[in-house]
Amino acid sequence: MEVIQPILAHFNHWITIFLLVAGLYVVVARGNMIKKLIGLSLFQTSVYLLYISPGKIFGGTAPIIDDKIEVYSNPLPHVLILTAIVVGVATLALGLGLVVRINEVYGTIEEDEIFTQEDDEE
Amino acid sequence: METFINMVLLTLLAVITIGVVRLRNLFAVIILGGIYSFLMASVLIVLDAVDVAMTEASVGAGISTVLMLTVLYMTRVEEAKPVHSPMLPLFVAGVTGAVLVYGTWGLPAFGLADTPLNNHVGMTYMDLSIPDTGIPNVVTSVLASYRGFDTLGETTVVFTAGIGVLLLLRRGVSVARLRRKQQEEESKS
Repeated sequence: MEVIQPILAHFNHWITIFLLVAGLYVVVARGNMIKKLIGLSLFQTSVYLLYISPGKIFGGTAPIIDDKIEVYSNPLPHVLILTAIVVGVATLALGLGLVVRINEVYGTIEEDEIFTQEDDEE
Repeated sequence: METFINMVLLTLLAVITIGVVRLRNLFAVIILGGIYSFLMASVLIVLDAVDVAMTEASVGAGISTVLMLTVLYMTRVEEAKPVHSPMLPLFVAGVTGAVLVYGTWGLPAFGLADTPLNNHVGMTYMDLSIPDTGIPNVVTSVLASYRGFDTLGETTVVFTAGIGVLLLLRRGVSVARLRRKQQEEESKS
């Protein structure tokens, strides 16, 4: 049990970090712009987990006040992340708008092909 | 039991993420992204964040997926084979991950009530919400009342993004029209 204890205590953090690193890798390594935006969303959702999981309290319920319940989880991270989700979809929409424009001008959404086209023009 | 369900859902989330990173068919990636969002919503329900789970299921799995599929319809479905070696990004991601994992040893364990986070302002809202606003759902009362200016800022961001998308796409239409006109003139002459 002593071996499992730290794993249980930090499992949420580790999965959060895995999602964050996966998002970072996709954003840096992949040239396709839609894939890059998907990587950015992965990164964003990992931040949701990072905020929400420390607010959870064992035996608690959702923070909706009722006479029969005594333990609630922390409501403040929930509020912050509600804002973050909506802002996230706004930035995603703007990014996808840019992708559509880039596709109209260059005829491709691959970063490398755009670079070679620009080199050819010079 | 809570911890067990939480761990199973999080492991599934990690497996889906591996699929999202490795697959090159963008249609499959976007659908996996939808599954990922629904799984994330389930995790959020286990973590007692019901309002966030609802928003994630509707916005993350709904609107985002529809937006991405729309853009995919206008572009190419298959991602090109990567030209560069993935070693440098892998190294950067690995080092970042290692540093962050090292950092987790200083963080309080999952699910405890006596952490600094769970003893400050967040829990004060629990006591004040009913006398101050009369709303039993504390997330709503904080979002709309105590931190109403945050929500105003959020609305401003969404508004700005909407204007940005409109401007980008309208210019796109005019450029496409211009190009078509040029082609017609060239074909005439």
